[in-house]
Amino acid sequence: MTVASVGWSFLTNPRAQWSVFGDWFFSQRVLEGVVTTVELTAVSMAIGLALGIMLAVMRQSRNPVLKSISWFYIWLFRGTPLLVQLIFWFNIAALYPQIRFGVPFGGPALFSGSANTVITATVAAYLALSLNEGAYMAEIVRAGLLSVDDGQREAAEALGLSRFQTMRHIILPQAMRVIVPPTGNETINMLKTTSLVFVLGQVLDLLTTVQLIYAANYKVIPLLLVASAWYLILTSVLYVGQYYLERRFGRGTARNLPPTPRQRLIALWRKWRPASAEVVA
Amino acid sequence: MSNGPMVKAEAVHKRFGALEVLQGIDLEVARGEVMCILGPSGSGKSTFLRCINRLEEINAGRLWVDGELVGYRQKGDVLHALPDRDISEARSRIGMVFQRFNLFPHLTAEQNIAIAPVKVQGVSKAEAKDRAARLLERVGLGDRGGSYPAQLSGGQQQRVAIARALAMQPKLMLFDEPTSALDPELVGEVLAVMRDLASEGMTMIVVTHEIGFAKSAADTVVFMDGGVVVESGPPLKVLDNPQHERTKAFLREVG
Ligand SMILES: Nc1ncnc2c1ncn2[C@@H]1O[C@H](COP(=O)(O)OP(=O)(O)O)[C@@H](O)[C@H]1O
Ligand SMILES: [Mg+2]
Repeated sequence: MTVASVGWSFLTNPRAQWSVFGDWFFSQRVLEGVVTTVELTAVSMAIGLALGIMLAVMRQSRNPVLKSISWFYIWLFRGTPLLVQLIFWFNIAALYPQIRFGVPFGGPALFSGSANTVITATVAAYLALSLNEGAYMAEIVRAGLLSVDDGQREAAEALGLSRFQTMRHIILPQAMRVIVPPTGNETINMLKTTSLVFVLGQVLDLLTTVQLIYAANYKVIPLLLVASAWYLILTSVLYVGQYYLERRFGRGTARNLPPTPRQRLIALWRKWRPASAEVVA
Repeated sequence: MSNGPMVKAEAVHKRFGALEVLQGIDLEVARGEVMCILGPSGSGKSTFLRCINRLEEINAGRLWVDGELVGYRQKGDVLHALPDRDISEARSRIGMVFQRFNLFPHLTAEQNIAIAPVKVQGVSKAEAKDRAARLLERVGLGDRGGSYPAQLSGGQQQRVAIARALAMQPKLMLFDEPTSALDPELVGEVLAVMRDLASEGMTMIVVTHEIGFAKSAADTVVFMDGGVVVESGPPLKVLDNPQHERTKAFLREVG
């Protein structure tokens, strides 16, 4: 009751200025902001997942050096605020004015430049988000690897598969069942977390874009509502994607998967309208 | 390789920390021989099988499979540990069947069988699929290639696991209590597959509590207890006329 009345008052409140909302929702600038937010999310999650798998495998390796590198990385990136990491990467030029990629110890440079031109705000955003996500994904992947029965590794090695092949073809695919659900949550979190890049002021993601717009026209609330609505749409899409991914990686573990909402709808339709369904068929 | 024994163990010792699980195992398995190993739980039977395909490293003694030292290469008097790749290669020619099947649950029966030939032997996918189909036929599951392990009964899973091991064309098969996790009515179908295999001349080492199987299928029966071989010989001798008190006690319990 109270929820409904609060909702009603919100929707009918003239100060929410729904017409402004309508004007901006599909505007070019906002749509570009949406695209940038999606790109930041997708790329950071992809790099984060790859890093996470690497770190988790290193953590389980027999080599003590690899083990401690992984441990240290996770400790460092999970133990400091993401906001600090963002600002840090953006200002890395203060620490290393010159950046060069090439053969180490005086070999030829493949690429070099001043840190201020290499580490643009966008690069800093990708760096901070991906490297930070890698540390969180490492823990998720590790839990997934540990969930796979040791008999699986033994059976694979007894067949002559190498340690790498065993990881790639036997352990990781099974660990996915445990890895996918929290990774879905991480992605949804990441989508919202990308808004932190507003502190850099130059990465035109969804939040930064609406901020720049309302800084000019002072329609703060309607534009924040525009951003919120887009965030809600994007997270909803991710929830649906997560549902189907979980089904896919659940393969082979359940005798019969429960029907999807779509299959349920179709079944319901058939039950209610047997006559017409017959005609259609 | 040679005409010598398929497996030869000389004073094999294995410790886990302070626990000495194998306290000097000596035995020989000839080519084409079926050896059944009996013994109480904890006597080191699984550990011995696992040493044969180097899932465990031995602490002392010598162990040969098909004339080659397991896990080492001998140069003069010095033993050199083999690199991982050579150990994998050696393992691929020794089939192993586990008590809990250990099929890969994310792969179909056919994929379970085809994966090692493709990844380890470099066989083409089509040929591996063919091989899988033939092996499934052989273990009586010609129509279940598309099933996931969770959709199969325990007996069917174990038969797929045997087919998976056979796909690598092993020269030696190790079975670690292959029927212990099965409902009694499913034991027969697995033992039947193993009998067929034995009659085709496969060299087999079978850890089992199935006295009936040992009697009818084994050439040699070995009784292990406390990490040593207490008694061994033809089944009629060891099973019907045991010499040692510990063997007699064990047979009274399981029989
Ligand atoms: N990886 C291991 N670490 C420590 N102890 C082990 C390990 N594997 C086996 N053991 C111990 O070795 C003994 C023999 O085990 P096992 O070979 O499995 O016996 P069996 O197969 O005859 O029942 C048992 O006491 C067991 O607890
Ligand atoms: Mg055992």
